[in-house]
Order: sequence, then C-alpha cells, then structure tokens
Amino acid sequence: MEAWFALLVGIFFTVAVYLMLSKFIIRMLLGVAVLGNAVNLLIFTGGRLMREVPPVIVGDTEALVGPAANPLPQALILTAIVISFSFFAFLLVLSWRAYEDLETDNTDEMRVAEPKDEPAPPLGY
Amino acid sequence: MKSVIFRTVAPFLSSLMMLFSIFVLLRGHNEPGGGFIGGLIAVSALAIYGIANGVETVRRAILFHPMAIAGAGLLAATVAGLISLAAGVPFMTGLWIYPSALGVEIPLSTVMLFDTGVYLVVVGAISSVALSLEERGGE
Amino acid sequence: MDIAVLTFLALGLPFVVALVAPALTRLLGHNAAWILALVPAAVFAHFLRFVPEVSNGEIVTGGYVWIPSFNVSFSWLIDGLSLTFVLLISGIGALIVLYSGGYLKGHPHQGRFFSFILMFMGSMQGLVASDSFLMLFVFWELTSITSFLLIGFDHGREAARRAALQALVVTGGGGLLLLAGLLILWNVSGITQFSLLLSFGSELKQSPFYLAVLLLVLGGAFTKSAQFPFHFWLPNAMEAPTPVSAYLHSATMVKAGVYLLMRLNPVLGGTPEWQILLPLFGVTTLVAGAALAVRQTDLKLMLAYTTMSSLGLLVMLTGLGEPYAIEAAALYLVAHALFKGALFMVAGIIDHETGSRNLTELGGLRSAMPLTFAIALGAALSMGGLPPFFGFLAKEEIYAALSAADLRSIVFAALAILGNALMFAVAFAIALNPFLGPKASTPLHPHEAPVQLWLGPAVLALKGLSLALMSGLAHRLISSPMASAIAGEPRSVEISLVPHIGAPLLLSVVTVAAGVGFYLSLARLRGAMATILADFGWGPDRGFDQFMRALVRSAVAVTRRFQSGRLDVYMTVTFILVAVVLLAIPFRYGEFPRAPFFAADVPLHELAIMIIAVAGLAAIMVAPDRLTAIVSLGVQGFAVAMIFLLYGAPDLSFTQFMIETLSVVVLALVMTRLRLSPSDHRPLRQKLPDLAIALACGLGFCLLLLRATGVPFNASLTEFFNQYSKSIAHGANVVNVIIVDFRGTDTLGEITVVMIAGLAILALVRLRAGALKRAAAGAEKVVDEQDVEERV
Repeated sequence: MEAWFALLVGIFFTVAVYLMLSKFIIRMLLGVAVLGNAVNLLIFTGGRLMREVPPVIVGDTEALVGPAANPLPQALILTAIVISFSFFAFLLVLSWRAYEDLETDNTDEMRVAEPKDEPAPPLGY
Repeated sequence: MKSVIFRTVAPFLSSLMMLFSIFVLLRGHNEPGGGFIGGLIAVSALAIYGIANGVETVRRAILFHPMAIAGAGLLAATVAGLISLAAGVPFMTGLWIYPSALGVEIPLSTVMLFDTGVYLVVVGAISSVALSLEERGGE
Repeated sequence: MDIAVLTFLALGLPFVVALVAPALTRLLGHNAAWILALVPAAVFAHFLRFVPEVSNGEIVTGGYVWIPSFNVSFSWLIDGLSLTFVLLISGIGALIVLYSGGYLKGHPHQGRFFSFILMFMGSMQGLVASDSFLMLFVFWELTSITSFLLIGFDHGREAARRAALQALVVTGGGGLLLLAGLLILWNVSGITQFSLLLSFGSELKQSPFYLAVLLLVLGGAFTKSAQFPFHFWLPNAMEAPTPVSAYLHSATMVKAGVYLLMRLNPVLGGTPEWQILLPLFGVTTLVAGAALAVRQTDLKLMLAYTTMSSLGLLVMLTGLGEPYAIEAAALYLVAHALFKGALFMVAGIIDHETGSRNLTELGGLRSAMPLTFAIALGAALSMGGLPPFFGFLAKEEIYAALSAADLRSIVFAALAILGNALMFAVAFAIALNPFLGPKASTPLHPHEAPVQLWLGPAVLALKGLSLALMSGLAHRLISSPMASAIAGEPRSVEISLVPHIGAPLLLSVVTVAAGVGFYLSLARLRGAMATILADFGWGPDRGFDQFMRALVRSAVAVTRRFQSGRLDVYMTVTFILVAVVLLAIPFRYGEFPRAPFFAADVPLHELAIMIIAVAGLAAIMVAPDRLTAIVSLGVQGFAVAMIFLLYGAPDLSFTQFMIETLSVVVLALVMTRLRLSPSDHRPLRQKLPDLAIALACGLGFCLLLLRATGVPFNASLTEFFNQYSKSIAHGANVVNVIIVDFRGTDTLGEITVVMIAGLAILALVRLRAGALKRAAAGAEKVVDEQDVEERV
C-alpha cells in the first residue's frame, strides 16, 4: 500500500510546487496549503501504514500489544496541522494587507523591501 | 447572514458544540480527542455563532478578549510544567492525584492542566483570527 | 589571598573599572584620572611581586580550566618576557591615564575615553600574559577592537573614522591569519599552551606545516607591528588623541607583534626562513620608516614613522640569530617604550599648550616651558643612543650584535647605522627645534603644562636615566630574564655605561656623527624625500582606499546578482535545488528504490478517496475563479482527513476536518476582499519549465518515500510509547499521551507558535491601511536626502 501512497504524495508535492512557482500570491498560498498536506502525508506514510486500528489501549491491558497504527507520526502531524494552519492564516492576512497597500498580488511588483534601482551604498568612510 | 432559521439554530448549535468540545478535551487522554481537537471544535462553534449573530454578540458571550484566553492557556500550560519543577522532578513530568468527591475517585493531573492550556491557546488564538476577519468582512 | 586568584583579578580589573569610569568621570571631572590611575598602578604593584621569582629563572604559570573537552584553559604564563611587558603596560598605563586626565580636560566624552583606554589596557596585558593560544587570540582581537574605538574617538572627523577602520581592517585581518596559524600549530602539536610548546620546537621545524605556520604567524605579527608594507595604518592612527598615540603606538599595541615573535622565537626561530624573512622585513621597515619620518613636519607623524623604524629594528634583531641580537632586542624594547612614550607625551604637551604641532611653526619655547624642554631632551638623548641613558646601552648591544666581519653583518650594520642616524636627527629635531631659536607666534599663548601632563613623561625620562645608571640591577631583574625567555635558554646581559673600546663603540660614533650631519641638513633632506615620494605617487595607503571601494562595489554587485528582488526567481532556484538534492544524490550513490510493489487489492473506497484527492488537486490548478479554487482546496483536505480516518488516525482525521473547515471559512473571508482571480496568468513558455521543476520535485519525494519505506522499520520508539503510555503516563490514547506528556515541552513550544501567529495576525488586521505604502515612501525620502548630502 505504501507504493500507492508514495505516488499520491508525489502528486501532492508536484501540485504544491507548481502552485508555489506562480508569480501570484493567491496561487502561492494555495500551494502552501497543499504543501502542508503533502508533508503530513509523507511523514504519515514514512511511519508505515496500518488500516483501521487506532493506537488506543483498550480494556484493562497495561500496554498496547498487537498490530495498531504508529502513534508517533500521528503525534507529530497533529501539532503540525494546527501550526501550518496558523501559519497559513498569517500568510493569508499578510498578503491581504499587502494587496490593500500595494494594489497588486504580482510578486514582481512587490518591491518594498528590495526596490528596483536601489542606490549603491556610499563609498566614503 | 439573513436566514432566520440559521440565526435561531446557531446559538443552540454553538452551545452544543462548546459542550462537545469540552467533552472531547476531557476524554482525550484515553480515547481519541484532546486539547487540539477540542479547541478547534470550540473555534468552529464560535465562528458559526459569529456568522449567524454578529461578532459583537460572540465577543460579549465569551467575556474576555480571545487573545487573553490564549494567554491564560499558555500560562496554564507553563504552570503545569513548573509544578513538576516545584515537586522536585524534571520540567513537564506528569503528576497525578486522585481525590475522591461524593464517593467517586477523580483523577487530576498536571497533564490535564497542560491539555486544558493547549485547548485554551487554540480556542483563543484561532478564534481571535476568525472573529477579527469576520468583523472586517461586515464592514 | 591566593596569588592565582589575585592574578586573575588583576587581569580582569581594568575591564570592570572600565564600566564605572564614565560615571566616575561625570562625578569628579578630569580629577577622576587620579583614582582611575590606581587601577594600572595596582596591577603594576601586583606583578612586581613576581620579579624576584622570575629573575631567578623561574616561570610562573596558573589559570583555570575553560573548555576541558577541547583542552582550552584560561591560563597565564609569567616569565621574563611577559613580566617585562606587563610591567611596561601597567606602569605606562597609569601615567597615560593621568596624562589623559589633563589632556582631555573638559572634553564631553572624557569618561568614555577612560573606559576605552582601560579596556585596551586590560586586553593588552591579557595578550602578553596569555599562556593558551585561544586566550592570546581573543585578547589580540580585543586590542584591535579597542584601538579601533580609541583611534576613532574623535568620530566627527572623516579622517579619524578612516584611520580607525584602516587599523581595524589591517590588524584584524592579520589577527585572522594568526588564528589560522595557531590552529595549525594546535593541530600539528596537540598543544594549546605556549609553556608546553617549547619542547615541541625541533619536531615542529621538521614538520611539513612549519612554513605555513611561520607565514601565518608572521602575517599576524607584521600587520600588528606595522612592518613594511603593512605600515600605513600606523601614521594614520595619529588621528587619535595624543595619549592614545603615546600608549598604543609607542609602548604597547604595536609591540604586540614583536612580542609574539619573541614569544615564538624558541619554537619557530633559528631556521633559515626565520633568519631571512625577519631581518629582511625588519631592515626594510627600519630604513623606510626613518626616511619617511624625515619627510614629516608634524611632531606626531615624525614620531609615528620613527616608531615604525624602531619596530623594524626590533623585528630585525629578533630574527638575526647573531650572538648579542636577542639581548639587544630586549634592551631596545624597554628603552624604546620609555623614550617614545615620553616624546609622544611631550608632543601632546606642545600641541595642547601652543595649539600647533607643526615643527616649522614652533620655536623659542624653552623659557615658557623649561620643564617640558628638559623632559624632551632626556628622552631624545635616550632615543639618540647617547650616554648616560638606557638607549645608549641598547644601541651598544645592537652594534655588538652587528659587529661580526661577515658580509651579512656588514650589510645589516650599514643599514642599521643609516636608520639609526636618521632617527637620531628626528629625535633632536623634536627635542630642540620647538624650544630653541627665536620665539614663534602660536595659536595659543604657551605656558608650562599642569602636573597631570608633565608627570608621565618626566617619570619615563627619569626611568630611562635611572635604569642606565643602575644597569647591573636592571639587567639582573629585567633584561636578563627577558633575554632568556626570548632565547629559550639562560642568557645574561652584561653591558654597562662604561665604554668599551671596540667595534661597537666605533659604530656608535659613526652613527652619532651621521646623525648630527642629518640633523643639520634636515630641511634639505625633507625636500628631497618629498620629491621622491611625489614621483612615486602610489602607496599602500591609497591602495587601501582602492581596496575598500572595490570591496563595496563587488559586494553590491554580488548582492544584486543573488538578490534580484524577484520572489519567483528565489522560488525557482530553491525548488530546482530541492529537485537536484532529491534526484542527484540517490543517482550518485545508487540509492534509488527497487521496483515498487503496487498492491493490486486496494479496496474500492480507498481508491475512490485517492481519486477525489487528486481530482481536488487538479481542480485547484485549473480553477477559473476563486470559489472553485477554495472549494477544491477543501476537497483535497477532506480527502486527506478521510485517509487519516481509514488508516487508524481518528485524532488526525478530526483535526484535519476542523482545520479544513476553518481554512475554507478564512479563505472565503479574505478572498472576497481581494478582487483577484486565482487563475493562472503564466504564458505557456513559463508554464512548461515550472511544470518540469514541479514534476521533478514530486518524483523526488515519491522516490524518497519509496526508498524510505523499502527498508525495515525501526519500531523501537513506537514500542517504547506503546509500552509505557498507560503504565507510566496513565493514558490509553497513545497519541495524546505523546503530545501532552512524553513530548510535552515540544507541545509547549508549538502552542507558543500558535499564540504568536495569532498575535501577529491580530496586529496585521488592525494595521491602518496604507502603512506599507507610507513606509516605502518614507524609505525613498530618506534615500533622496542622502543623495542631497552626497551632492553637497
């Protein structure tokens, strides 16, 4: 089953990278959102797959025995999902404010930090 | 949102979701659930309530500024770690006590306090984002 | 108290007092100097206690372990060499602090100056006392930094800023060479302390790294000690207030390079390379410095160039390898620190009291400033090598070292006589011309200097006399231990004021005669030198300007090349690199996965979910409007959530569902405000390369995952969590236990990130519209103003 997942992860990454290579902020943001899922699936698959059995200890047994899904990647991904959402929301609001101020979403025209024809620094002491 | 049905149902739906979120938080240690998921359910509840009845109503209903709630959550989570230090064990070591009230043994732990902190941070920070965006949308 | 603790305190004391010096000066004005001078005086007194021990040939070491795993310690080494240096540094330091109290009286930043000079003093004594390489390097760079602060003290003037930067670049760059040299030495020998290095000398000279170590160490020493052709920063450093010139550029900092050479002489010295390179650079510096000194009319510049000369002489003597050369170097070093310090301070007094330090504008000061005249004369006699001053002993010893009958000695002796005679002329030009002759009119009305100013040079001049008169004692306590330390074997200095008829005395007489001749024809010599230099045109000083300009220009060019300011370029480069790393490295090492096994029995519902995910992704790529894009994003997100649910991750699944819902809501809220279409505006010729890069990245990750899942899974961590989740952490949901208990500290960090993101978003939402535009406009305005300033 891992092979199918690898293929799926490959497709996720392809789409994410393609979207992020755009010059337009909105498409880049969509790419970032997809990239989050791509990475999560990558980690999930890397921890091996197991159908339907969650890593929960049932009954009075003291330890989880028998086949169950790997809890470690799940714990990593769970927090990653929340953080990537916070990050995504931040980027979204940032680009919205940038759009309001600069009236463009084309990254070529967003040159506040690195303006075109910036003067060279002074050569004196 | 102008729909009368939605505006009538929303408060009940939100209250139910809030309750459910706390349930998910508390059962999280032994069954699927926990602070992150519970927090997100609560945020959804607030978002729905906000879309239906306006952001101001939500802000009044939750009494505190959302970021204050998040701050309290972060404080709770940090205190949960510091309690362990005070008890002479490494930072973030889980400590458990089992007081009984009305004949029922209630397990309390620093871990639970920590998870509640996570819950509050998620509720506070993300609802703050959602609410402030909804507010701007209404302009 | 334990002597080791006291030594540690003595090394740290100047830095501590430097912190309180500004406050003290605000309180007491220039009189704070009397109190601050107690610091170097106390250090002097402390190290004086080592004199009996060290003069018996003992070596005192001590210190504290610093980084034991790297064999690095904070340790000191007190032998004849470092003791002499520490005493000179702290003794002259006390006098300089007093002197600057009077010299900068009423200066608004006098407190800052005291602070800098104490920090410098601390760095310098740390440098010479260091036993460990690393400590030496740290103090070495600290002297560069503090001298940068001191030279640029008058930072309102461009010349001072330039001189400060020049000194920092030259000496700091040399410091890096030294670091490289010391690291190689450390690597080759495994030794990190000078005191242990002595026994390694013969082995090191056989090592193939010997030449590299030698050249790198010489690079550090020659830049610090202003050897030709790195000398140019020294005269420029005369932009500093005179106390700095007197302290740094006569007695201390410029001697650091000479100190290093002397310290390493027993280890690196004695080889043909050492005996060729050092005398060659030394004698060139000696003659060039003396010739350039004659050219000047500014008192401080004349002294600066003769300092360069003297440093050349010291380097030459250290490298010569002749019998008396080491003793001569030890004697001359002490003599030079005394007379040059005094002469610099005299130049400062003349400048301070008359308002001019141009030799041609001064004259007839003897009646107004008799004391200063006497001090100047005493120092000049020592500099000229005349009895009964210490300089005479040094000069006799130098000629004793050069009086052999072979060709090499004769050449060096001739050049040394030339340099010394020129220095003799300059010394008396400074000591006689301003005071004799008709009274010249000066910007200020001259009168005798206050006690804070004359005390320092007077003590130094008298010291030059008393050391010579009590030469036996001086040699036993100072000169012999120092010479022994430099030579690495017991040496005894014998020379006294009683003249011995012989070759050295003859050479001395020749020098004095030539010096008198040069003095009398100084004006003509100056004109001749000016013509020669004008014909020459280019010098390393101008080269430095060209170097700095080229540096800035190339930095600009490189920055413009790599930071085009276009985000899509950065992204393209980044992802090309990602693809290269993912594909090229497995290709190079043959780490591609074996043919993957695609299970045929995929349940229908799983296949359907995967297809939905891919369809959602495809829809995002081709979405014609916002709403389609948002909905498609939701579709792939929900599909991922379903996958999590099916594969035993209900926690993840719920979280993903909630997040996707919120994402859609937030996206919809924001996107409605952006009057933009999310569709692709790329022309086809750009789409295709982008698609190729994206496909390469996707393929790379696919192969990476196939390869990773193709090896046996190491389940030890998973087993640990499954085993102990309930028994230790009392939780049945292993995922939640990992998050809140086993890895709780991680989660604490993560919720902090969520919190900060929330705060940042709130700040952005509340930001007034147009703020970015105003910032951009503001930046342009600032640039405009700069342009105007430059044009003015």
